[in-house]
Amino acid sequence: MANAKSTEKTTAVVGTSVIRNDVLEKVTGAATYVDDIQFGNKLLYARAVRSPHPHALIKHIDTSKAEKLPGVKAVVTGKDFPERIGLYLKDKTIFATDRVRFLGEPVAAVAAVSEEIAEKACSLVEVKYEPLEGVFDAEYGASEKAPVIHPDLGKYDCVNFIFPKPGTNISNHFKIRKGDVEAAWKQCAHIVEKTFKVPHIQHVPIETHGAVAMMDEKGKVTVWAASQSPFAQRNLIAKALHISHSDLRVIAPLVGGGFGSKAGLTMEAIPVALATKVKGYPVKFILTREEEFYTNFVRQGLTIHVKVGCDKDGNILGLKNVMYWDGGASTEYGTNITRAGGYSSSGPYDIPNVWTDSICVYTNHPIGGAYRGFGMSELHTGIDQAIDELAEVAGFDRVEFLKKNAISEGDIVVTGMTMHATGIQQCIDNVAKAIEFSKKEEPSSPDRLRGKGIAIMWKAPAMPPNAGSSAWVELSEDGKATVGLGGQEIGQGTFTVMAQIAAETLGVKYEDVRIAGPVDTQYSPYEWQTVASRLTWSMGNAVRLAALDARKQILDVVAEAWNETPEDLDIVNGMVVSYKSEQETPLANLVIYGLPKPNDEGWMGGPIVGRGSFMPKYVTNLDAETGQGARAVVHYTVGCEGLDIEIEKNTGRIHVIKAAASFDVGKAINPALVKAQVEGGFVQGLSSAMFEEIRLRNGIMTNPSFVDYRIATAADADFKLDTQYVEVPQDDGPWGARGVGEHPMVPTIAALGNAIYDATGVRLQGPPYSAESIYLGMLNAGVVK
Amino acid sequence: MSYSKITLTVNDVVETVDVPHHMTLLQMLREKLSLTGTKNGCSAGECGACTVLMNDEPVNSCMVLAAECDGARIVTVEGLAKSGKLSKLQEAIIKTGGVQCGFCTPGMLISATALLKRNPNPTEKEIREALVGNLCRCTGYFRIVEAVKEAAHS
Repeated sequence: MANAKSTEKTTAVVGTSVIRNDVLEKVTGAATYVDDIQFGNKLLYARAVRSPHPHALIKHIDTSKAEKLPGVKAVVTGKDFPERIGLYLKDKTIFATDRVRFLGEPVAAVAAVSEEIAEKACSLVEVKYEPLEGVFDAEYGASEKAPVIHPDLGKYDCVNFIFPKPGTNISNHFKIRKGDVEAAWKQCAHIVEKTFKVPHIQHVPIETHGAVAMMDEKGKVTVWAASQSPFAQRNLIAKALHISHSDLRVIAPLVGGGFGSKAGLTMEAIPVALATKVKGYPVKFILTREEEFYTNFVRQGLTIHVKVGCDKDGNILGLKNVMYWDGGASTEYGTNITRAGGYSSSGPYDIPNVWTDSICVYTNHPIGGAYRGFGMSELHTGIDQAIDELAEVAGFDRVEFLKKNAISEGDIVVTGMTMHATGIQQCIDNVAKAIEFSKKEEPSSPDRLRGKGIAIMWKAPAMPPNAGSSAWVELSEDGKATVGLGGQEIGQGTFTVMAQIAAETLGVKYEDVRIAGPVDTQYSPYEWQTVASRLTWSMGNAVRLAALDARKQILDVVAEAWNETPEDLDIVNGMVVSYKSEQETPLANLVIYGLPKPNDEGWMGGPIVGRGSFMPKYVTNLDAETGQGARAVVHYTVGCEGLDIEIEKNTGRIHVIKAAASFDVGKAINPALVKAQVEGGFVQGLSSAMFEEIRLRNGIMTNPSFVDYRIATAADADFKLDTQYVEVPQDDGPWGARGVGEHPMVPTIAALGNAIYDATGVRLQGPPYSAESIYLGMLNAGVVK
Repeated sequence: MSYSKITLTVNDVVETVDVPHHMTLLQMLREKLSLTGTKNGCSAGECGACTVLMNDEPVNSCMVLAAECDGARIVTVEGLAKSGKLSKLQEAIIKTGGVQCGFCTPGMLISATALLKRNPNPTEKEIREALVGNLCRCTGYFRIVEAVKEAAHS
């Protein structure tokens, strides 16, 4: 029980590693994911008819045989759903209409009483195609020689910060023209020019995409989806089907991994389309693993040409970046990735002269979408390896070079915005110390080479300037709190962090805060999307404001009842206390029924519901020709990673000896969750660096299975990873917090590439840095015979 | 479609089920017995999300036909806690923070339970090798391995 005489807060939960509030159900098998929800005997199963061509005109579709198959309830094609949809650029339809633009694009779909019948019916849908020449390289696609994939690009709606070029395959061209790079080269004592290629990869959530949709007799649609974006999906589906947002309800149970793939709207639209034809029947669509690999979002490929130079004292004076992003058949989301790649194109370096062309190109490849890092991993793969070589040719120690050129508070960043307080120097120090970067160490065997690599990074939440969050906090008869929110628990632990923020703000125990889940657009407050590492910061602010509002309502009532001022009152462990009169009363006494007025002259107060909303209001657009503006982003999270590795001379195989990752998180609301994010992100980054590539041959993915597309296993993470974080507070973050969900996989490819270079002297053009590619690189360079 | 009637023990409960011949053990658990804790990640025996114990051995339940399970003893993630008390491994993985999205967790727990049964004191290398067939995209495996170590030593 609280002691009213004590001013010591016993409820401090922010900054402590409380146990996750979703974990008991996850270790007992009780946690509910979309495919676990029971729908009874009316459930129908959907399958899709997909394009066997990367680029072709659709000449004719005949669904009559499929419709006649017993057990088939509905067959839909693109002619029923011509509306174009997209998050930033409306360039796709639910089903292909007149042409297909990538292999696997949905052309039609079937709902049937069993998956087998739906599959059979799909094979009975007859589609006549006229194959067209494809575009399988972004740089070629951007040229005048390439066939145009979206002839109607000029007619597509898009947001005002995306700049498509009608008549070409360029769907966005973001430019930075800061200073004068051509003049800068003349001042440079050392210049490095390199080209890097980063292949397409896939998010590989262990839970594939899934959604169930049902339309009732009134035309109201309910969607249950494995989703990072229930509200964005409500918005996009409502517009595509011309139904009211209020008549569309998205319920989002726990998500079995997202990493960006379950943001925006992709396959969820297919069961919705089917559901409109079979009112009253729930229609379930779960992607197979093969479909997951290439028919939904992938990480787009990048070709980056980097030129960077410094003076004799090691000050970087100029950077020129030309980036061609392989956006795939639709760039409705990818256009904003290329924009982020553009406005962050200097990396966390203070560079006075920068020229950037970040060009988003349509190709006949799978559709690029948000992927943990949102372009930053690809960008940093290029610039941080080029800068590593610049440090070498300029004769500087790598760590000294990074520290000398790293961005610091007050610097004017690449878009003209002034940099906020940042802990990048400490991040570099932490990593350099953890892997003893400056100590040259011998390999454990003469058959191996040893090397160390380091790379820094930054990333801002990439989102519309006014992406908002909202929350409510209500209390129940037992004095416990429930938080309503619209951000999704996708494994990162956000429900836990939000409960911590509400508990700390309100003055109740962490165990006494529930999250109102699953997120349901009918009851949950609005949240833009669970992306961009923005929830701790943005939704955290909304939850804190909602808890503050509830707290104020409570203290106002008690102050009136006790004839005191709210300033003398506090809430400690669920007990309202007065430091003045030393009275106390549990929240349970008043949060529903209020308090009696003196002398039984009625009541005061009533059910407590606090509300909070947060939206950044200071982000400005950038000039289309120069990329300059007052404030391009809300903030940057910075960090550093390093690896100490050995490479087998006979095979090229990498062994990680130890590694380190340090990020400036502003404030670790839950230190264990921060470390868990960093560990998981690092291994995902390492997996992308060593193993992963969607191997595309003429638009066909040749390795769509776990046998041929390998991701890191427990055996690959057999090394010590140091994850000491830094806390330089963000001015508008809750307790100074900023996000760190995506960042740990951003610099990993570059750090590993730099370590390989240190060990072997070989600089590979791009990941994956497979044993084979390293061995061949060593062979070509004469390192081995 | 031809069916078989099979009798098997699932989490200490005897069940008799009519199963189509092409139905997998995974489908039977999820669709016939509503034991949805066991997950499907690939339907191809590659990701390990569907791992269950069959006669004390871990198997990918997506690769086993239900009809083959007549007389078998199956343990799923729902059967790890006894009388509401979590197993040491379940407690350990909560404590070490080895759960994020939770989708691989059921299969991971089953594989690790099988490991600890056959080797109560595994080395870190043995733990990593035993879990190599269970893919996790969230955690980087560190805290899962920690949990298995901790369960072995508690």
